[in-house]
Amino acid sequence: MVKELPVVYLQTAGCSGCAVSLLNVASPTIKNVLIDQIAPGVHVNLRFHPVIMAAAGDMAIEVMEDTAEQKKGEYVLVVDGAVPTATDAVYGAVGERNGKPVTMLQRVTELAKDSLAIIALGTCASFGGIPAAKPNPTNAQPVSKVLESAGIAKPLINIPGCPPHPDWFVGTVASVILSGLPKADDLDDLLRPKAFYGKLIHENCPRRAYFDEGKFAKKFGDEGCLYELGCKGPITYADCPLRRWNSGTNWVIGAGAPCNGCTQPEFPDQSAPFYEKLVDVELPTIGAYWASKEEK
Amino acid sequence: MGKIVIDPVTRIEGHLKVECIVENGVVKDARTTGNLFRGFEIILRGRDPRDAQVITQRICGVCPQSHGIAATLNLDSAFGIADKIPDNGRIIRNLIQGAHIAQDHVLHFYHLAALDYVNVADVAKYEGNDSQLNSVKDFIARGELGPFLPRYEGDYRLPPEVNQQAVAHYVKALEIRRTGHEAVAIFSGKIPHSVGVVPGGVTSTPTPDNIMAYIWKIKILQDFINNVYIPDVLAVAGAYMDYAEIGVGCKNLLSYGSFDLEGGSPNYATRRRLFKQGIVSADLKPGALDTGKITEHVKHSWYEDSTSNRHPSQGDTKPQYGKDGAYSWTKAPRYDGKVYEVGPLARVAVTYASGDPAMKEMVEGSLSTLKAPPSALFSVLGRHLARALSAKFIADSLEGWALQLKPGEPAYVEYELPDEATGMGITEAARGALGHWIEIKDKKIANYQCVVPTTWNVGPMDDKGQHGPIEQALIGTKVRDENNPFEIVRIIRSFDPCLACSIHVVTPKGRDLGQYRVV
Repeated sequence: MVKELPVVYLQTAGCSGCAVSLLNVASPTIKNVLIDQIAPGVHVNLRFHPVIMAAAGDMAIEVMEDTAEQKKGEYVLVVDGAVPTATDAVYGAVGERNGKPVTMLQRVTELAKDSLAIIALGTCASFGGIPAAKPNPTNAQPVSKVLESAGIAKPLINIPGCPPHPDWFVGTVASVILSGLPKADDLDDLLRPKAFYGKLIHENCPRRAYFDEGKFAKKFGDEGCLYELGCKGPITYADCPLRRWNSGTNWVIGAGAPCNGCTQPEFPDQSAPFYEKLVDVELPTIGAYWASKEEK
Repeated sequence: MGKIVIDPVTRIEGHLKVECIVENGVVKDARTTGNLFRGFEIILRGRDPRDAQVITQRICGVCPQSHGIAATLNLDSAFGIADKIPDNGRIIRNLIQGAHIAQDHVLHFYHLAALDYVNVADVAKYEGNDSQLNSVKDFIARGELGPFLPRYEGDYRLPPEVNQQAVAHYVKALEIRRTGHEAVAIFSGKIPHSVGVVPGGVTSTPTPDNIMAYIWKIKILQDFINNVYIPDVLAVAGAYMDYAEIGVGCKNLLSYGSFDLEGGSPNYATRRRLFKQGIVSADLKPGALDTGKITEHVKHSWYEDSTSNRHPSQGDTKPQYGKDGAYSWTKAPRYDGKVYEVGPLARVAVTYASGDPAMKEMVEGSLSTLKAPPSALFSVLGRHLARALSAKFIADSLEGWALQLKPGEPAYVEYELPDEATGMGITEAARGALGHWIEIKDKKIANYQCVVPTTWNVGPMDDKGQHGPIEQALIGTKVRDENNPFEIVRIIRSFDPCLACSIHVVTPKGRDLGQYRVV
């Protein structure tokens, strides 16, 4: 008997970049994740996903609502996007009920209430991200704030990144399947799995030696550390330098571009301007070395 | 008289609702409504102009690279360096955008559109040794068929063995599009939301190993396009030939052209490009592109009439919900006051009409295989065929371009950030003509406007009461079964709409938006 793990994937105020990034997962492949038994006797049963599902309209909404009703406490809710809340949350809706739109805020609240756990996928869902950037025209909120306002105390895991690396999501799902829901110690204070967000980009950067030597690139294409071209690696927690992107093909700094800090709650307002050097940043543990360089 | 409401329209990017009024089985009126507003143009104001390249990619995670290119061309022009980008920079931008669009077309056909034509359930009857198909068969046997069921029923026409092969190709296409993304990442770090393209060129200089790695990934993509994707489109077309006359639309097509073949001219509207700039109509005679003729109408959109009929460089967004006669938050872009469709069909038709020999051979060859006249291009099938040919035309060009790169030579030129400037960037996204306009004051963004492909295609009626392209394609359509309105979703998906891109839209749907204002 194969155990079906029901999943409802709700898109809110986002761009589908998280969903497209998930398609890029290399091992297991997205086909393995959705069609095969991801682990012996377990199948991820993706019931609702607007970008790939066959059904449309009321037929699709019924699947979503039936899952919430029939699989109470059993399904995982994945939210991809921030949640617009301004002006009665009219800026985003998913489907209708009795001829009236159902706002994204209402959907997240209803689906979260009866879920087993919630995964906030991407920086918009985790921290607000781009839709919540100044002046936050729609008062877009992260999932954590929505749950807090609604008094919903379900397990929440944040998987930020704009977009997140697909391994961060699939690895987290693997962990839930093989080891159960994460314990408090598995997540950092921003509810990110430490397995993927435990270290600064800067700590594992292959250009770190240039930083320590004080050799900085002055323009794109130069050898050297990208700190003066705006790299936010020193304040950004993620394992990009080791994991690399798109099946390990490359990564941001590998292409000679500065990290823009996309896994952080500071993204985008405090991590911008993206091509200007960080100012007044205390670098934890590695700052002392830099400070000594400055003094000289 | 009945009303068909589909909300949400799935297997597209973003949040779309469509309403059709049906009388005696024929669509009499159609309205499309987007369901999400994020306010990018408001968010961009006051920021460092260079950040537009990073922020606007987040308009759409399906076609971020095209926004990155449009933003960068826009900034190059504002910074006065549009004609100074080193060839290495120009070519690498083409390689990044090319691999991205080619894989996007594969994604659209197999993962967004195919389930309207292909019966996945036929894999249950599969008896062969293909392990992938047998794993799908096991999946079906377990009985939990999300996300492939439920679905509309009653019009799957392909024989079982063709359906089975198509499902195998659906699975294979997942790998192929991933490979296309890997090719993008070689020069652009990662994708979605890549980092390699910046004003002045690109962030890294080419190396021989990168060039070779790129070429061999592209060969995988190219092989699939030529030997699987195009034959599959033709096979589906053969069984659904009535769709060569369904979803005709406005028959006016507009292309900004894309993939710069030279860098010496600052004028994007006339410089030599792989896909040509221009317009064509039903007679397939080429016309020149004049970006001065682009305006956005708002008579039937919830914006103040005083902002209507303006060129995007003078664009403004002043909401006025509840305005008489308005029914959408999407503006209605027009060219020379007329309705124009954009997309792969437009760029293929414009390039064909301009007499490009390779394009002529491809278009005429595939039309003759289908025994269809050129007028069949204006249809659901025509759009799918043109998308596949667009993929081939791009993929066939990439290796040659990669070999033009000069390792070790610069791919980036430095520039001064101007105190005040204006700019325009035009290119072709996967879904069609994409334009960005910027005004810079005090080295900051004073105004930023994007006119995106899906706004052209899903826009509402304009000031003269002319319906938008998708609305026109729907009106007059016969719907055989109102409970399973295949015709409607097939027409909409043939445009490959991308709602995150048509960024002016918001849900109205009877809500009192009296308090709505731009903060």
